[in-house]
Amino acid sequence: MAEWWVLIVLALLSTCFIAALLAPLIHRYCPKYTGALLLAAPLAMFVWLLKQIPEIMHGHPVEQTFLWVEKLGLELSFRLDGLSLLFALLISGIGMLILLYTQGYFKGHAQQGRFLMYITAFMASMLGVVLADNLLLIFIFWELTSFTSYLLIGFNHESEAARKAALQAMLVTVLGGLFLLAGLILMAGAAGTWRLSEVIQCGPELLAHEHYRPILILVCIGAFTKSAQFPFHFWLPNAMQAPTPASAYLHSSTMVKAGVYLLARLSPALGGTEEWTLILTTIGTVTFLVGAIMALGQHVLKRLLAYTTVSALGAMIMLLGVGTDYTIKAMAAFVLAHAFYKATLFMLAGGITHETGGETSIDKLGGLRKAMPVSFACALLAGLSMGGFFPFFGFVAKEIWLHALGHYPLLIIATVIGGAAYVLVGLSTGLKPFMGKMPDGLHAHEIPLAMRVGPMVLGIGCLVLSFVCGKVGHAIVEPAASAIAWKELHVHLHLWAGFNKYLLISVVTMLIGVFLFCIRSVFVRLAGRLSVLVKLGPDAVYNALLNAILGFAGWQTRSLQNGSLRHYIRISVITTTLLVIVAFIRAGGFETFDEVSPLSIRITAIGILMMFAAYGTVHSESRLRAILCMGVVGFSMALLFTFFGAPDLAMTQLVIETLTVILMALAFYHLPTFHHNSPKKTRAIDLGVAVGFGIMITVLVLAALAVQAPTPVSDFYLEQSYKGAHGRNVVNVILVDFRALDTLGEITVLTIAAVGGAALLKLRPKRKGDKS
Amino acid sequence: MTSIILRTATQYMFPPLILFSIYLLLRGHHYPGGGFVGGLMGGAAFALYSLAFDVATARKLLRFDPRDITAAGLGISLLSGLPALLSGKAFLTGTWWQIPLGGGRYFDLGTPFVFDVGVYLVVLGVLLTFVFALGEEK
Repeated sequence: MAEWWVLIVLALLSTCFIAALLAPLIHRYCPKYTGALLLAAPLAMFVWLLKQIPEIMHGHPVEQTFLWVEKLGLELSFRLDGLSLLFALLISGIGMLILLYTQGYFKGHAQQGRFLMYITAFMASMLGVVLADNLLLIFIFWELTSFTSYLLIGFNHESEAARKAALQAMLVTVLGGLFLLAGLILMAGAAGTWRLSEVIQCGPELLAHEHYRPILILVCIGAFTKSAQFPFHFWLPNAMQAPTPASAYLHSSTMVKAGVYLLARLSPALGGTEEWTLILTTIGTVTFLVGAIMALGQHVLKRLLAYTTVSALGAMIMLLGVGTDYTIKAMAAFVLAHAFYKATLFMLAGGITHETGGETSIDKLGGLRKAMPVSFACALLAGLSMGGFFPFFGFVAKEIWLHALGHYPLLIIATVIGGAAYVLVGLSTGLKPFMGKMPDGLHAHEIPLAMRVGPMVLGIGCLVLSFVCGKVGHAIVEPAASAIAWKELHVHLHLWAGFNKYLLISVVTMLIGVFLFCIRSVFVRLAGRLSVLVKLGPDAVYNALLNAILGFAGWQTRSLQNGSLRHYIRISVITTTLLVIVAFIRAGGFETFDEVSPLSIRITAIGILMMFAAYGTVHSESRLRAILCMGVVGFSMALLFTFFGAPDLAMTQLVIETLTVILMALAFYHLPTFHHNSPKKTRAIDLGVAVGFGIMITVLVLAALAVQAPTPVSDFYLEQSYKGAHGRNVVNVILVDFRALDTLGEITVLTIAAVGGAALLKLRPKRKGDKS
Repeated sequence: MTSIILRTATQYMFPPLILFSIYLLLRGHHYPGGGFVGGLMGGAAFALYSLAFDVATARKLLRFDPRDITAAGLGISLLSGLPALLSGKAFLTGTWWQIPLGGGRYFDLGTPFVFDVGVYLVVLGVLLTFVFALGEEK
């Protein structure tokens, strides 16, 4: 295999990331074709993925690994198998349509470039999640999706609701991400490898491992937060603050499915146990029902769809939890069906709102069929597919789903309830806005071509897929299901499976659904009444927690950083003293100081001078005198340095002292008149703090004498200074060569301090009466 | 502060101070000195100038904004780490070149010296950022 060929996944992924970086530039210089130009990246990915289908069908995954940090064993490993293929096709395929859609949606919007950057970066991160074969790599991409979706949800950053929703989505998913990281680390420890495909093969060992339960729970929390499972589901409907292209993309095919993907991926390793089935099936079913029932009472288009997304994710987790071969197949088919109809409906919902001047409520829409015939057709196709009507792909998926749950009557009942809600939502979004009479004052146009392509392709896809469902099942669903089960499965999808009890259940579901649709207004009214209850839900818990954390942060900032310089110094000094004392006690003190050299007269004299100067500083009556006394302390210190053979230090100390005086002189101008105004008590405390600190430093220096390193590092420096680094001045060689990285860090800090200091001096609030 | 004595003295003192600061920087590798103390000394010279005259005059004399100098210094220090990186060694490993001066004498130019120049500029820039900002407040 040629060298460049091996790099292809990395190259394609990087292309997507680079496209994201270039998006604002492209938009600036050729705004008309930004969408089309950016399309190239996902298109290349999509075409490459399509070409891999035959290989994958035969069970040959594509694997590519590059060593990244050799010493740490970090590698960039990618693996494309049936499951990754299904998701990657959806991500890149729908991604292309979304990019086109964005072009229309944000036509003439000044910030379009920024949006395109975010969404392309998001797409690339998501592709990374499904293609990565290293646990850490998955985590990195996983966090990138959280981060980019934060940017997307908060795109309208002038709106407070959008900022809040973005923060909420980010906090919930990133918190879950931390749990996931812990789980992944434990898992890698238990399996002895970071390579995902190898971890999966360690299934039996993992199941028997003592950490199995913690791993399962941690990974589940990570996946559940990302995939909006109950009780973390609340962030998803709130995330509808995002512009519609982002909602359509994030919440149909991608980000929220990352959790489902991860659990599906790990099911051979972690699945098949009682715990797995219990957790996933329970949470999945609850989410499925909660989402479906909450959807009944919604009247805002996007929120309605969002709740059914929550519900659909629950269904996927539920099917995965049951974990039979049959349910896994059903799940893979449902992922495909859901992506098609949900993306269509989202895009159309955005389109309708866009073309009717911002109308979002279904109840205020109607009679749009004449104004928007194409949208109507697409919406109907997708809506019927969502409801599971014959002959749409949703029906095919629903059939295999019901078949798979044949032995689980409770889950069948749940499916009937949920399915009926889907029928209602499908009809409410696909039919309701277009039928009946147009309300007065509503003006509508057909949505523009760029925004129509996506819904048309996917909407027609809902129908076409079901007629080629045998082939689709074989080429895409089968490899995906095989990858999830980690063994060869055969998938035969049928559009028409004959008359049987499942068909009957399906028909009953539809009838209930249609009935519910007819009495929809009851639910909307009921939801209005019950909205008080929602305030007690998980959303409220989140808000209470967030407020508590912010309150605590406010309290500790107020008490520790009250803005008084003296207070800061006091706290720093007391903390340092206490920490050192604790360290001393824990180390067991120290014994001797035999090695103290005798005091010479000149050193004693300078010491006494310094003491007098220090006393003078504290008791001086004017600021100038205080500073000059401080200067005496500093210059004496420099003198001491020269006595002990440290000319570099002495020189620096001298210049620093001089500069301190200059800076102080400059700062004088801004300070209030000098007087001792602190009460005796404060001064007493300060005296105590100062004396304590002095004693601590003295003891510390004496203790340092007693510590003898086996081979002092200074010997190495002295020996290597000229030989290795061409310098006779060891101090300087250490600074600029041996420990240059430290120095680089220090000058960086210095620079940051200068920027901060300058900003403080320039931007300080103006004084009263200061008109300039 | 307008003192004729200070102004006159500063005019005479300023060039030697700057020369001395560069001297400190250059000799630093073998004898006491270096970029840090050199930068402080250079900064002190300009600070003195801004005291004797005013900040605007000192700024004009400096020509560049101290913040730009800081950034340039940081950039130079960062760049001095790259040659080692390119030849496969750890970042900031000292790399030396011998530049012939003619007559069989060589000048050792090393990345540590370039790094030190960066330190010099950063210290000078940071110091003057503060001094000028404080001085301009009046």
